Amino acid sequence: MCLAVPGKVVKLHGGKDADPVTRTASVDFHGSQVDVSLAMVPEAELGSWVLVHAGYAISLIDIDEARKTWEWLEAADLVEDMPEELRKATPDETPTKEQKA
Amino acid sequence: MKRDEFAELRSRMVELAEGRTPLRLMEVCGTHTVSFFRSGVKSLLPEGVELVSGPGCPVCVTSQGYLDAACQAAARPDTVICTYGDMVRVPGTTGSLESLRGQGARIRVVFSARDALNHAAENPQDQVVFLAVGFETTSPGTAATLLEARARGVKNFFVLPAHKRIMPAMIALLSAKKSSIDAFVLPGHVSIILGLAPYEPIARDFGKACVVTGFEPEQLAHGVLRLLELLAEGRAAIENVYGVAVRPEGNPVARALVEQVFEPCDAEWRALGSIPDSGLALRPAFAAFDAFAALDLTEGPNVEPDGCRCGEVIQGLISPVDCALFGRGCSPRLPVGPCMVSSEGTCAAWYKYGKQRRP
Repeated sequence: MCLAVPGKVVKLHGGKDADPVTRTASVDFHGSQVDVSLAMVPEAELGSWVLVHAGYAISLIDIDEARKTWEWLEAADLVEDMPEELRKATPDETPTKEQKA
Repeated sequence: MKRDEFAELRSRMVELAEGRTPLRLMEVCGTHTVSFFRSGVKSLLPEGVELVSGPGCPVCVTSQGYLDAACQAAARPDTVICTYGDMVRVPGTTGSLESLRGQGARIRVVFSARDALNHAAENPQDQVVFLAVGFETTSPGTAATLLEARARGVKNFFVLPAHKRIMPAMIALLSAKKSSIDAFVLPGHVSIILGLAPYEPIARDFGKACVVTGFEPEQLAHGVLRLLELLAEGRAAIENVYGVAVRPEGNPVARALVEQVFEPCDAEWRALGSIPDSGLALRPAFAAFDAFAALDLTEGPNVEPDGCRCGEVIQGLISPVDCALFGRGCSPRLPVGPCMVSSEGTCAAWYKYGKQRRP
């Protein structure tokens, strides 16, 4: 499955000196927190929105895109609920990191 | 997507396709197969513009012989198989992993290779074999897990490698005599890893246009529209409408992880045969993690079940409804071939979402 789900980094594990390959975080998906590896996104910080595939964050994503992705996943019956933060977020919300085309 | 947006898109597509049909657009991502159906974009396409599915479902292209090796491992009382869910019901020559559960085999569905590693670390009495299946979105995770296994000194964790690379398969399809693909919709998440450069030979050597798209309805429609525009201009280019997630350079950190652990090798694709450089083999430094060697497993031959036409389906040569078994002996509940087993298999998608359910 190529499915990648957006979530928010709510807690970083390990110190700054931790080997980037073993860096993990608690990522919040609609209220449930899952332990996710940040091995592929060394630039992820507390509060970053990431796309997670098979337990690994593969990319940062902005909050608008996260919302659109959740809407699609919801419509496709793939997730139960959108995270609270996405429901409240407006287009003016500053994303944590901007992806340029 | 709003109704009037839908209508406008459709009329633009009709305009662009005028006088240029038939056009065959191929997508090579199982999640795209399902998304095109679910979003309704598939039905938006003008007359004469066909969207076909290629070999985009890694479970569907996993060889029968690999399944048989996995079943050999599963039959061992000291072994736990950890796998993504879709693999569990795929039939090998003597049965599926699920059928072996009934005989006491321990098959554990995991969401991540890391879960398999943690199980191994917590259960030193078990030999844990992770079925490493997937394209470029997934192989970096396996690579990272193996690096972690090595760092943690876990000795009872193994992988049965079956990772594949999508580009060599696309080149093989384009090089085949019966190829009639006009353009490609490129996978969204594989492209997060690869970026755009690896696809350049498709434009440069085969003169085909490609557009990377995401998965929401707007994205799918936008991607197809862009492809039709490129076709109308006669331009073979690699473009990206999923810029919010896909950077042109991809994810170099992820690629570096794969590079450390794996090297390209020839690989057997179900019904397509062997495609050069299309697989990933463990580098010698990681040979100790190879389940084939460690558990003395052999990859069986590729034997297609009678009447199964999955091979033609995954090449986009026929639609699932063209197969005599579709809905008559082959269904998601009782699948004959892999395209029907995987939730992202073309046949499963057609069965669930297509209007023509049974001929």
